[in-house]
Amino acid sequence: MSIQTRFHINRGDFLLDVDFTIPESGVTALFGPSGSGKTTLLRAIAGLESCRDGYLKVGDQVWHDRQKFLPAHERPLGFVFQEPSLFPHLNVRQNLEYGLKRMKETTKKVSLDRAVELLGISHLLSRRAHQLSGGEQQRVAIARALAVSPAMLLLDEPLSALDQQLKLEILPYLESLHRELNIPVLYVSHSRNEVARLADHMVLLENGKVQATGTVHELFTRLDLALTHGPKTETVIEATVSEHDEIFNLTYLDFSGGHFTVSRCQMPVGSTVRLQILARDVSLTLERQTGTSILNIFPAIVDKIAQEGSSQVTVRLRLGDLALLARITRKSAQNLNLTPGSKVYAQVKSVALLT
Amino acid sequence: MILSEHDLTALWISLKLSTLTTVILLLIGTPISWWLARTRWRYKFLLEAVVALPLVLPPTVLGFYLLIALGPHGPIGGLMEVMGGRPLAFTFPGLVIGSVFYSMPFVIQPLQEAFKSVGRRPLEVASTLRASPLDRFFTVAVPLAKSGFLTAAVLGFAHTLGEFGVVLMIGGNIPGTTQVASIAIYDHVESLAYLQAHWLSAVLLIFSFLLLIVVYALNNRFRVVKP
Repeated sequence: MSIQTRFHINRGDFLLDVDFTIPESGVTALFGPSGSGKTTLLRAIAGLESCRDGYLKVGDQVWHDRQKFLPAHERPLGFVFQEPSLFPHLNVRQNLEYGLKRMKETTKKVSLDRAVELLGISHLLSRRAHQLSGGEQQRVAIARALAVSPAMLLLDEPLSALDQQLKLEILPYLESLHRELNIPVLYVSHSRNEVARLADHMVLLENGKVQATGTVHELFTRLDLALTHGPKTETVIEATVSEHDEIFNLTYLDFSGGHFTVSRCQMPVGSTVRLQILARDVSLTLERQTGTSILNIFPAIVDKIAQEGSSQVTVRLRLGDLALLARITRKSAQNLNLTPGSKVYAQVKSVALLT
Repeated sequence: MILSEHDLTALWISLKLSTLTTVILLLIGTPISWWLARTRWRYKFLLEAVVALPLVLPPTVLGFYLLIALGPHGPIGGLMEVMGGRPLAFTFPGLVIGSVFYSMPFVIQPLQEAFKSVGRRPLEVASTLRASPLDRFFTVAVPLAKSGFLTAAVLGFAHTLGEFGVVLMIGGNIPGTTQVASIAIYDHVESLAYLQAHWLSAVLLIFSFLLLIVVYALNNRFRVVKP
């Protein structure tokens, strides 16, 4: 099942012109700089933007085409705005029940209790919006959107109005949503870190146009995108916890290109984790190094090389069916005589666990 | 009894007129102010100017035109006659129609401001929570504009209570039918009955003051609850 969208929205000084298809599962990030049209696109999907020339098909249901425009209140979705936007005249419980009361009994799937428990807000139910912190308000807003058992959850930069501390407070809740509810999520963000942590797929937007769509792993390693040329270029890889080493206090993680050794993590064996590898933490050798302190060394094949200013290059490596980026000096690339197809060993100096 | 029966009747007519006018204005003013607060129509200033007209127009001018319109040869009065009724000039219903026009800005302007300050966001939130347009109007817009409704009702009421020129023009000064308190005071002064004018004036002064105290007190309380 998939979500097919096509929108042409002209706002005089801004033109959104998109046409793409994304899977109807997992978390899809609408990613791009501010002013790229992410929010407008999300609002168009929700039916909050008037748009004559549009098409939207979710699964096998057409929500919007030339003849038909399903108004927002008839679309089975949940929407979380940038600011929490709780109703100030209602308390938390009444806010949560607002949507619930307006649903058909048969479409109820997520119970209110479940939403309250997932977001950890049971102690706030009798309070009013102005008595809550920003982070608590946003958690209530997310629970309120979940309580209507949406067929799709739309989040418009739900963390951007919060400070770093509150972001860290909410991120785990968003991650658990992703794991525990099988609802496709569209997540607008301009934060690379949030996307790396939360998203499976990405729609990369710029100036109202789609630059690329694909998995986060794929887009984060595509050298033709500006995304891979910043100072914080990274590869995101999903791996499975295979074993904990109690003697050295380490954890072994399996992925399709081999296995990683990382510091002991709390995740149980069999669970999926996300790894972030900064390109500048990956070095290359022609032969497998022995007598090195580095534990994570993988055989790889050079796929592509891109110039990075005058002194550096970014090398895209193939590890099985995955890609890995390495940022090295241009001089090293020349010394090693790297060209597409070269066989190398990638030494990964440090790996960060995102989940 | 300090107030004569004649004064009490005038007070009663004033209260009846103000209450009816306020209710009618809230009923027709709500959709108009909602529309004014949300429309992007470029010529909406024209309607806003029409609504505000009674603020600057001498009441006698408004009263004069209404008198013509409501009289037997005017469009409204004529229509009434054709339909078997009688012209509305010098009747209580005529007073109500005049007051509705005269007090219109005092109801529509606070409501329009209140609806504007509610903003679009809460209504968008409601629409993503399955609320239809009418549903979200009554369950979100109206409760959030509560203080605007209170201000509109009290200002509309108090302003009608103090009306003089329009009433005199279209209602005449018929004791028991169209003689309101403000005109009764004028009559007392004309006939040099200063004591009676004092008492009736004091009643109106205290009543209006109390009304405004209630509005401002409640509005302050509402503001604390706002985000």
